[in-house]
Amino acid sequence: MNQHQALLAYVSRLGDNGLILGQRMIEVVAAYPELEEELANANFALDYIGQARMFYTYAGELEGSGRSEDDFAFLRDENEFHNYLLIEQPNGHFGDSIAKLVLFDSFYLLLLEALKDCNVKRLAEIAARAEKEIRYHLRHNSQWLVRLGDGTEASHARVQDSVDSLWQYTGELFAADEVDQIFAESFAGPDLEAIQEQWKANVATILEEATLTMPGDGWMASGGKQGRHSEHFGYMIAEMQYLQRTHPGATW
Amino acid sequence: MRANCHIEEIMTNKEWPLYEVFIRSKSGLSHRHCGSIHAADDQLALDAARDTYTRRNEGVSIWVVRSSRIVASDPAETAAFFEPAEDKIYRHPTFYDIPDGVENL
Repeated sequence: MNQHQALLAYVSRLGDNGLILGQRMIEVVAAYPELEEELANANFALDYIGQARMFYTYAGELEGSGRSEDDFAFLRDENEFHNYLLIEQPNGHFGDSIAKLVLFDSFYLLLLEALKDCNVKRLAEIAARAEKEIRYHLRHNSQWLVRLGDGTEASHARVQDSVDSLWQYTGELFAADEVDQIFAESFAGPDLEAIQEQWKANVATILEEATLTMPGDGWMASGGKQGRHSEHFGYMIAEMQYLQRTHPGATW
Repeated sequence: MRANCHIEEIMTNKEWPLYEVFIRSKSGLSHRHCGSIHAADDQLALDAARDTYTRRNEGVSIWVVRSSRIVASDPAETAAFFEPAEDKIYRHPTFYDIPDGVENL
């Protein structure tokens, strides 16, 4: 894999993460328990999708074969999406969603901070913009985690379960593959080991405030970054891509 | 944190408490009341106000206050409260001759 291919794969993967998480969150729009949180969730989902659009547009330009953001989103198959397994997990209950977002945003914020310093100018610019959005997401979602964890006995037990069951998907965030390595070496990309250490410290602080226990490092799932997804994934993109697949090229 | 969460109130009421939202649209102007939201506690009320009322760049500062903490005048006492001011026209600066040349007063 040469530098250009690695950069393309890296940028397209960032797009996949934004799109898939945004799509997951949009599934619960109009089904939230409170109007105010409903709005927050919809805002956040649109932030992720907006970021995905920027990444995909850039990936299309890098690729040079004329693919648009829509082609990336709607006309690729399951194994061509290289997002983390963590973010494609079903929404579950409110505590599940919040736990997933705290675990992911804690990582994503650090990643974006590091990307601001990479030597791909376009990517650094997108990261600088996205970082502000994610900083707020994390602030909001970690407040919820604290309130659920340090709330009632029932909310504590349920959200501890959420953290425990999602933990197995966090290892993949830091497992550098060939794309990550080339990107780090050739483009001054993020150092995932350093990010992991910082992530653990930050997550430990939030969990402690939430009176939750940090799970131990057990077996970790992987495969998302290589396009091997959990069973939930196919259903999600089937819904997402239905219109373009059924009526190719449809616009309005 | 617990004390701040109004947990007892939420558990007995089911509904989150109501907050009034005030937004300052730009520096130098005063905060204006723009609506209300429900929130579990003070900090989340601020977040909810941000997500509900500043989505289109409307503000640079937000105040939220529990609606129950606002002391309001009683509509039934409107007459006693406000009418006595109505016939005291001498309280308005309308008896001055405006000097020539003053355009904005």
